[in-house]
Amino acid sequence: MAEPVVVVIEDEPQIRRFLRAALTGQGYRLFEAGTGEDGLIEAASRQPDLVILDLGLPDMDGLAVIKRLREWSAVPVIVLSARGQERDKVAALDGGADDYVGKPFAVGELLARMRVALRHRAQLGGESVESTFTVGDLHVDLGRRRVLLGGAEVHLSPIEYRLLATLVRYAGRVVTHRQLLREVWGPNAEAQSHYLRVYMTHLRRKLEPDPARPRYLLTEPGVGYRLLAE
Amino acid sequence: MSTRPDPDALLARVQEEEARQRRGKLKVFFGATAGVGKTYAMLRAAHEQRANGVDVVAGFVQTHGRAETDALVQGLEILPPRLVEYRGATLRELDLDAALTRRPTLILVDELAHTNAPGSRHAKRWQDVVELLDAGINVDTTVNVQHVDSLNDVVAKITGIVVRETVPDSVLERADEVELIDLPPDDLLQRLKEGKVYVPDQAQEAIRNFFRKGNLIALRELALRSTAQRVDEQMRVYRREHAIEEIWPTAERLLVCVGPSPYSARVIRAAKRLAERLDAEWIVAYVETPASLRSPVEARDRVVQNLRLAEQLGGTTVTLTGQTMSEAILAYAHDRNVTKILVGKPSRPLWKRILVGSIVDALVEGSGDIDVFVVSSEHEAAPPAPVRRRRPEPDWRGYVEASVVVTVATVVAWAMFPVFELANLIMTYLLGVVLVATRHGQGPSLFASILSVAAFDFFFVPPMFTFAVSDSQYLVTFLVMLVVALVISGLTIRLRTQAEAAREREQRTAALYAMSRELASTRGVEPLLTTAVRHIAEVFRGEIVVLLPDPGGRLTLRGGSSSGALAVESAELAVARWVFDHGQPAGLGTATLPGASALYLPLGASRGPVGVLGIRPADPHALDAPEQLHQLETFANQTALAIERAHLADEAHSAEVRVETERLRSSLLSSVSHDLRTPLATITGAVSTILEQGPRLDERTRQELLESARDEAERLNRLVQNLLDMTRLESGAVQLRTEWHSVEEVVGAALNRFGTRFAGRRVTTRIPPDLPLVAMDDVLIEQVLVNLLDNVLKYTPPGSPIDIMATASDQAVTVEIADRGPGLPPGTEAKVFEKFYRVRPADGRGAGLGLAICQAIVRAHGGRIWAQNLPEGGVAFLFTLPITGAPPAVVTPDG
Repeated sequence: MAEPVVVVIEDEPQIRRFLRAALTGQGYRLFEAGTGEDGLIEAASRQPDLVILDLGLPDMDGLAVIKRLREWSAVPVIVLSARGQERDKVAALDGGADDYVGKPFAVGELLARMRVALRHRAQLGGESVESTFTVGDLHVDLGRRRVLLGGAEVHLSPIEYRLLATLVRYAGRVVTHRQLLREVWGPNAEAQSHYLRVYMTHLRRKLEPDPARPRYLLTEPGVGYRLLAE
Repeated sequence: MSTRPDPDALLARVQEEEARQRRGKLKVFFGATAGVGKTYAMLRAAHEQRANGVDVVAGFVQTHGRAETDALVQGLEILPPRLVEYRGATLRELDLDAALTRRPTLILVDELAHTNAPGSRHAKRWQDVVELLDAGINVDTTVNVQHVDSLNDVVAKITGIVVRETVPDSVLERADEVELIDLPPDDLLQRLKEGKVYVPDQAQEAIRNFFRKGNLIALRELALRSTAQRVDEQMRVYRREHAIEEIWPTAERLLVCVGPSPYSARVIRAAKRLAERLDAEWIVAYVETPASLRSPVEARDRVVQNLRLAEQLGGTTVTLTGQTMSEAILAYAHDRNVTKILVGKPSRPLWKRILVGSIVDALVEGSGDIDVFVVSSEHEAAPPAPVRRRRPEPDWRGYVEASVVVTVATVVAWAMFPVFELANLIMTYLLGVVLVATRHGQGPSLFASILSVAAFDFFFVPPMFTFAVSDSQYLVTFLVMLVVALVISGLTIRLRTQAEAAREREQRTAALYAMSRELASTRGVEPLLTTAVRHIAEVFRGEIVVLLPDPGGRLTLRGGSSSGALAVESAELAVARWVFDHGQPAGLGTATLPGASALYLPLGASRGPVGVLGIRPADPHALDAPEQLHQLETFANQTALAIERAHLADEAHSAEVRVETERLRSSLLSSVSHDLRTPLATITGAVSTILEQGPRLDERTRQELLESARDEAERLNRLVQNLLDMTRLESGAVQLRTEWHSVEEVVGAALNRFGTRFAGRRVTTRIPPDLPLVAMDDVLIEQVLVNLLDNVLKYTPPGSPIDIMATASDQAVTVEIADRGPGLPPGTEAKVFEKFYRVRPADGRGAGLGLAICQAIVRAHGGRIWAQNLPEGGVAFLFTLPITGAPPAVVTPDG
């Protein structure tokens, strides 16, 4: 596989500098842009495999960049944003971003997110969609609708299963509350976020050894849920 | 006797001096009559001033077409007159606003006594001049002796012509310089012959009568004398200023009795002159007696005019109440140490004086060591007819009721007639008259009395059913019956009026008391205004507005009675503005801007005016009486003081807040600067070491340095995050986004944030599976848990266990985080939640913000947070989140 191409849209030169050091060392080809406009031009001309986008840009709103990018490209976008901006994160995710990393972040975290995003892009690219998913003791077989924990079958209600299956499809990525509610309960349930709390609790009781310290079904407060992928 | 000036007097002099310097200087060119050359002299002086470089403007100069005078005007800058259309004619007036805007050093304003055209700001030109002086502009003006208020009646006596246009003595006394323009009578008559004296065409005859030699000599003498008197006064001031001691009579105090009599004005002027000569304070008193309460409206109008005159001449006025005039006057005089009493010569006819006694006799009898002066009242010009006249509405209902009562009395008497003597039937009628008198005024009672006599005659006195009388002795019966009826009704009415007057006064006093009591217990300007407006509107029956200056100094409507019809138009607002700037009442019923639809009073408090109160009484004459106006002023003062108190309280509060903010800011700065620098120093040190000695360091040292740089960066991040959170929470920028959440999930998320930092510790979570969902902002509650857990990591030894528990009651869910560390020093359990409080300030492991943030968040949720040391060691932090109902059921069937 050729070196994945990454476009970084970030106005802080210091952050661009350490991303360049960290990512080129990991075998990525990097193209940088300091403004939203330049970033869109780079994204169009370089045909990147991934875009890293800072939400706070000098010339335009990061959300607007996502919106314009999504008009012609399905390239995965990872958003960089400060903690305490949960609303912006949710807006970016619902607006088409694939994941986010909160500033300040460790490079390891960013690389993990990037790997997940690239894997999903590869799956969407027509390569065989994996029908099974395994993390730790948890094994989900989407084809047969079976869930195993430590080799033993776990019985889930239909909704619990749909919830788990949705998280498996996006494994490793954060899924917003709205997205989950829409996919599991349908578009009319988008405001009923307490459904999620109830069923997530049920799922954790059945799948987690200590539901108060979950290993697989992670909560991102104010944003959504994430199923551990690796 | 010391020659040092009395300090109080010195202070008064200094203050006077200061006020005088701020004020413009007034120079008066004073003459005996028109034609002596006052205007000419004034213009000559103006030219001299101009030659000296003074900025002179001719504000208003009446040359009457005299060539020499005209020529003098030509060389000066002339302020264009204000043209006023009045009854088809165009009147020229001084343009006061233009003069104030132009602001020359010196302005010439001719004819100080002139009456302004209706619709001008002030009724009189001298008021314009006072405003110019107050604005710091020097004024030169001209006055004739006959226009001086206190000399007015003397002049009228000399010349036989009453001059209506007068200037209050107080204005002339303010003059810094008076220049007497003197011309011998013969010369004046010569000038008159030559046509050099202006004489209006329509009054040729009267004026020629005025300019008789005898008159001129007398007027000249008067002018010279009053100027000399002024020089005298200046001499005395000089002596006082230079502490020239002299034996002064003890302070004289004059008391002047006035009534509705037109001659009272003369007494007042005499008193003014006497007081001036004695250098005494003078008080003008009007006594309200039961009899005066019954006097006609015109008489009461005259009293008001007399009191106003007294105030204009510089006297103090007071209204007393008492059974008789002499009693009230004497009581007051003794009370106030009055040395002299002035009364007018009694106007009662001789027979009445013999019968009832005269006031003078009563005063002299009871005066003791007080001198009583009697001022003659002869040859006084008839007072001008009162301009306003009010006719009370005829009391038709009273007359109808009187007829009904007499009819009923007749029916009753008819029933009694066969059994009782005629004399007893009269009693029935008298009863009826008393009944009418208690309910209605004089007219109906009189009517009832006469009707009773007639009915008695017609129905009962033989021959019956005629007005004829067979026995002439019945005529005496009728007369006595009529007199008795009239006396009884008179007494009854007087009682009723007195009771009513007393009740009204009592009501007002009670109302004032009620208002001040309520104001004292009211906080905040808006509620204060509402209270004050309600009370004042109740007592004075009218529409009220209260205008207060906004931060930009513009008067804005802040309160008013509900009807709100007294819309504050720009014209009314201008009046209010004037009142606010000058601290004097104006508008309806006053001499200043009387064209306004309402009366405006300054709300004067101890530190200056705080606003303006406007009142449009339902009855436009309701506030004419000085005591009414004083009462209203008392209400206004109470309101003003209350507003000022509220302002002061606000200021004190904001000052307190400022001090507190300042204290917090400085403690924040000292705390934060230390906490920010420590990690930065570590990072800089570690990184620069690697940069400079990179190859020479062994791998382990380099790794250690990098790890400490990363750890310190993380610490810095947490600190900055805390600061930001605290700032946002305090500024109110954080809005709770509550949703139904599971405590277990939020605890899980918080623990997850720490990654591996809890490695090696036993973390026990005990959260019951049936714990209900709680409405909360998950991001903020997660922050609470993170801060609490972070503290455990920071302050307990590595490897010590942590317990996280949650329990539910009916009202709240309680979350507890307990450690096995050293615990809190006893007594600091509450303090740890204060901002910037640190148990051990020296260890520098935190800014003292984490728990304060927790407290702010929990409180925003309606919960409570506290700490308690545990008996088995360690400390537990607990917080509650209230349960506010149950989440909506999950309706989707899961099957």
